[in-house]
Amino acid sequence: MAKTLAEKILSAKSGQDAKAGDIVIAQVDVAAFQDGTGPLGVRQLQKMNLEQVKARYSIFFIDHAAPSPRKELSNDHILLRTFAEKTGAILSEVGEGVIHQRLVEAYAKPGDVLIGGDSHSCTSGALGAFATGMGSTDVAIGMALGKTWFKIPETYRINVKNSFKPGVFSKDLILYIIGTLGADGATYKALEFDGEAIDRMSMESRFVLSNMAVEAGAKTGLIASDEVTREYLKKRGREKDWTALSPDDGASYERVVDIDAADLVPQIAFPHTVDNTRTVDQAQDIKIDQAFIGTCTNGRIEDLQIAAKILKGKKVAKKTRLIVCPASRDVYLDAMENGLLEVFVRAGGIIMGPGCGPCVGVHEGVLGDKEVCLSTANRNFKGRMGNPEGYVYLASPATVAYSALKGTISDPREVLGKE
Amino acid sequence: MVLRGKVWKFGDSISTDLICPGRYFHLRSNLPELAKHVLEDADPEFASKMNTGDFVVAGQNFGLGSSREHAPTIIKLAGVSAVLAKSFARIFYRNAINVGLPLLECDTDKISEGDELEIDLATGSIRNKTQNVQLESTPLPKAMLNILNDGGLLAHIQKHGDFKLD
Ligand code: SF4
Repeated sequence: MAKTLAEKILSAKSGQDAKAGDIVIAQVDVAAFQDGTGPLGVRQLQKMNLEQVKARYSIFFIDHAAPSPRKELSNDHILLRTFAEKTGAILSEVGEGVIHQRLVEAYAKPGDVLIGGDSHSCTSGALGAFATGMGSTDVAIGMALGKTWFKIPETYRINVKNSFKPGVFSKDLILYIIGTLGADGATYKALEFDGEAIDRMSMESRFVLSNMAVEAGAKTGLIASDEVTREYLKKRGREKDWTALSPDDGASYERVVDIDAADLVPQIAFPHTVDNTRTVDQAQDIKIDQAFIGTCTNGRIEDLQIAAKILKGKKVAKKTRLIVCPASRDVYLDAMENGLLEVFVRAGGIIMGPGCGPCVGVHEGVLGDKEVCLSTANRNFKGRMGNPEGYVYLASPATVAYSALKGTISDPREVLGKE
Repeated sequence: MVLRGKVWKFGDSISTDLICPGRYFHLRSNLPELAKHVLEDADPEFASKMNTGDFVVAGQNFGLGSSREHAPTIIKLAGVSAVLAKSFARIFYRNAINVGLPLLECDTDKISEGDELEIDLATGSIRNKTQNVQLESTPLPKAMLNILNDGGLLAHIQKHGDFKLD
């Protein structure tokens, strides 16, 4: 039977010739937690007297509250460190970076089954891994037993032809897709991204697509593993982790969505849902108090490069704060060595340590009442940045950087479109 | 098991941020305290005015957003006996079953704030005593029913030593 990527991976990892709709028990290659979901997972295992780890990689990332802003969270971190030491799980310390960025940099590989105690665990799907978010108990048990259960999802194939016009990026594409499908448009489904635009895309840009698959309700967002994947892993010294992986010709898709990349313009997700997307011209003149460039969605080197290109030699608007947060230590070092951090600081910005930064409202950039943040993150729910009275808009790093200069939401094609 | 209680009605797209706000991140290891803030950003008074056994009833895509299991856990801990919605987000759905919080997918337009419901969990049938209507819910997949009947995933694994889904 011709298989989708999801069917292929889960068949191989369950040892069953399985198709969409089947329930399988699959081997877990990577089981990951962050510091907000890990403590509950650890306590569940302690309750069961099952303090062991059996996945190929079992990892705890201290990234959401890193460094810790409160004693309660510091104590949670101690719990994770102690558990890791006892069981041999890997501990990713303060400063190493956001879970999903670190997973693609160092752990996930094509064909893997990856479960993470964080909804954006679907990010590793761009490497051709069946990667999905689950709750603490599910991940804890998957980590301890080295297996978990899945219902194999039906797949929506997202076919993107042509290429982007200048000033338009993969973030605009995924915001457009979520706006089209709706926040629950792909609930329980797998997305498979394919087409010329995807073939030509860097891994950095592909991660953005897979990262936000969950914002359409999807279980994962898969991309075939090709030469671009191989190059990425090679650069990270992991070429041996590469295998080619693609869906079979004739695999059956529940739905096919065709998009012409050349038709797309910059997108903005308005508060308070990600599917509330409009084109940038419908958002002009909205004043922004805070511009945030970072997160597991758009805190990678490619994102910082485009932002620095726009900000170089300029100053952010007087009433706008700029916060930049590299997604990992490697991204931070790369940005430092290439002078990008200096560009941000000279432009009036502030650099946060690698991690989630202000994304989830724990620390570092909580909004005041009625304040507006234009962010490169993946979520804009009410209360997301620590205050239900704040407003979060989402956009690409280019749009955020250019808007920071203007002080209002602005179209980056005004500077990038002319090239 | 038959559940009886009063309805607290919410709208569409109740996210895990509304149920369990990120600003209480530091309370995640203190669940009873965290439960005092359940659904706070959707209705600031909810936790103080609800009674044990009541139902949360909502529209589409309840529980969208993060994977925090704390969301269904504090709904249960606050004393809510079941959540009814037109549809649920995937991770929330799986988490709720894992922590033993019953979910029912049904046409919630036929239920209003303050209605008295009687729910038979075994059959999934819902009796709206106030409006005198009978509603049916989509049955749980068998694998999940097994986990729920065992009292959640932890209890399920403790009982069988492994996944036992069929
Ligand atoms: S950066 Fe934001 S979305 Fe990504 S893992 Fe951290 S809190 Fe979650």
